[in-house]
Amino acid sequence: MATSASSKLNKAVKQQYMNLPQGDKAQAMYIWIDGSGEGLRCKTRTLDSEPKTIEDLPEWNFDGSSTYQSEGSNSDMFLIPAAMFRDPFRKDPNKLVLCEVLKYNRKPAETNLRQTCKQIMSMVENNHPWFGMEQEYTLLSTDGHPFGWPSNGFPGPQGPYYCGVGADKAYGRDIVEAHYRACLYAGVDICGTNAEVMPAQWEFQVGPCEGINMGDHLWVARFILHRVCEDFGVVVSFDPKPISGNWNGAGCHTNFSTKEMREDGGLKIIEESIERLAKRHMYHIRAYDPKGGLDNARRLTGHHETSSIDEFSAGVANRGASIRIPRSVGQDKKGYFEDRRPSANCDPYIVTEALVRTCLLKEEGEEPTDHSK
Amino acid sequence: MATSASATLSKAVKQQYMELSQGDKVQAMYIWIDGTGEGLRCKTRTLDFEPKSIEDLPEWNFDGSSTYQCEGSNSDMYLIPAAMFRDPFRKDPNKLVLCEVLKYNRKPAETNLRITCSKVMAMVEDQHPWFGMEQEYTILGTDGHPFGWPSNGFPGPQGPYYCGVGADKAYGRDIVEAHYRACLYAGVDICGTNAEVMPAQWEFQVGPCEGINMGDHLWVARFILHRVCEDFGVVASFDPKPITGNWNGAGCHTNFSTKEMREEGGLKAIEESIEKLGKRHSYHIRSYDPKGGLDNARRLTGHHETSNINEFSAGVANRGASIRIPRNVGQEKKGYFEDRRPSANCDPYSVTEALIRTCLLNEEGDEPTDY
Repeated sequence: MATSASSKLNKAVKQQYMNLPQGDKAQAMYIWIDGSGEGLRCKTRTLDSEPKTIEDLPEWNFDGSSTYQSEGSNSDMFLIPAAMFRDPFRKDPNKLVLCEVLKYNRKPAETNLRQTCKQIMSMVENNHPWFGMEQEYTLLSTDGHPFGWPSNGFPGPQGPYYCGVGADKAYGRDIVEAHYRACLYAGVDICGTNAEVMPAQWEFQVGPCEGINMGDHLWVARFILHRVCEDFGVVVSFDPKPISGNWNGAGCHTNFSTKEMREDGGLKIIEESIERLAKRHMYHIRAYDPKGGLDNARRLTGHHETSSIDEFSAGVANRGASIRIPRSVGQDKKGYFEDRRPSANCDPYIVTEALVRTCLLKEEGEEPTDHSK
Repeated sequence: MATSASATLSKAVKQQYMELSQGDKVQAMYIWIDGTGEGLRCKTRTLDFEPKSIEDLPEWNFDGSSTYQCEGSNSDMYLIPAAMFRDPFRKDPNKLVLCEVLKYNRKPAETNLRITCSKVMAMVEDQHPWFGMEQEYTILGTDGHPFGWPSNGFPGPQGPYYCGVGADKAYGRDIVEAHYRACLYAGVDICGTNAEVMPAQWEFQVGPCEGINMGDHLWVARFILHRVCEDFGVVASFDPKPITGNWNGAGCHTNFSTKEMREEGGLKAIEESIEKLGKRHSYHIRSYDPKGGLDNARRLTGHHETSNINEFSAGVANRGASIRIPRNVGQEKKGYFEDRRPSANCDPYSVTEALIRTCLLNEEGDEPTDY
């Protein structure tokens, strides 16, 4: 079976080393998004003591010419600590540190979408925007084929797998269980998991997170998933349409609400927001995957519980629409709504930023407004 | 998969034995560099007490004809304890003891480069020279092929592996994690790790260390890596160009500073040092691998983030130069510089000594001065 060579290394041996005391020293693993806008990179440094807050963590730098981010002749890029979590792999007192990337001139790197998101979020703090993102993903063997699928074929058609149980229904649950616990330990706001419609496809949900935290928690949850899969010797893919044909794609449905929407009569605000979103469909589609819509074009076909990429639609309890209003929200006349368009490999910073720009800052037109002036 | 037979022995069985108490007796593992200048050897003795400092450890000897170090007819060589660390394999109270090797006539063995390094460092104590060395290495299976690579082929091209995460990007992280913890326990000044550009290639950094400590800490870190890999059944290679073609080599970039360079306006001292280094390129190349430059000739091609072995160059944030000045150092006008020429299998004593001789003792010409 195509699991990695690394996963066959003796874990009892490793455990003995990991049990060695480390004195006062702490290991901080700095994590950043590379030039692809989807890939994650990491490296570690020793600190003389346990950092208590993000301010305790120093700036660092790395070689951007090795991560699709700069040329070799001028390759230093800066890592600015942004959010700190407990390390579920090395455990306390060690940390995972999500970082922003700056270019040599201290301007944000092309794929540093956090900086602008943070500015936008700070403009609407009083609205208390909450997000919940439903991250779908597919497990693959190291040969690139979905994990557990017959090596030269396909499983039976979709139907029995969604939320399934049993060795013929659920492929790779160990990864899901391990990831869930690791996220809880780390302090990531993971709120649920389920098996998805395609076998070897799963989903976890992160939230509710307010403002910039949504992006931070989702990126760290993704990093943890990559690391957990590495330990098991399998690969996680966030590709929005890993298998063409009659197999589901993978999205990142984004649930959104403001304080106003959550209060009595909030449905009115929800409907106003949806009207604004309807007028700005292309801007959102461009923001909802790392290739300006090209990735989602393979997923948003109008079939397999997706809307068509060319059309905007909304409806109560409608999973074929761009926006779904949960039935309970329709009944309570308050709550939240679900934007089903974002791709599984979206950048949550720009997804959440786009929702705030359109719904709260009431922007219109194809381009985001430059609020820095 | 090509892991060793040893790696399949029951570790639970071993653990039961390792948990036996040892009374007041202590095991001291003496470590030394053999006749190749790259290989490490070790043997253990029992002591009746826990040594508290290096002075507590007795001299010892070994058979140099079995380590490429002398003839059988006159083969006793001396082991002189030089630096002591906690043993992460046998744990407290046991020790790892790095040793210098002397010949039968008490002169230093050919590959004992520590003794001269120590003298040179003593001459410049007041300048507080600090070093940080970035040790790159490749993990191999026991078949000699890089670990995790397809047995009869190659992985996808370089690009996704540097600092990567995921089973398709990072090959052998367990070794890196185990090594990091073992070094922290032992008291080695390990300051970081990262995955490198070629898959199954990794890097750890040791420092900042002052003077002779750099060589001591790096050699012990290398020993620990070999021992950790042995436990996992794989092999660590410090060869500077393990795979020919469009695959990165392995270096040991050496960062250097003095008290003057670290203080306000230190950039001037850095630039002066680089000028001196620019005039002594061949002497340094000869000091930067155990074969007088022949090993590095396979690595320093001018491609794959290296400078060309035949030319000296320096630049800010330039990874294709012999010497790189980090960007923040250029901005703050003080700090340190990075010599990117040393090979992964260099002797850190020889490297650090060469930097002191040229930059601080102002030596010139192709030969080191005899003090």
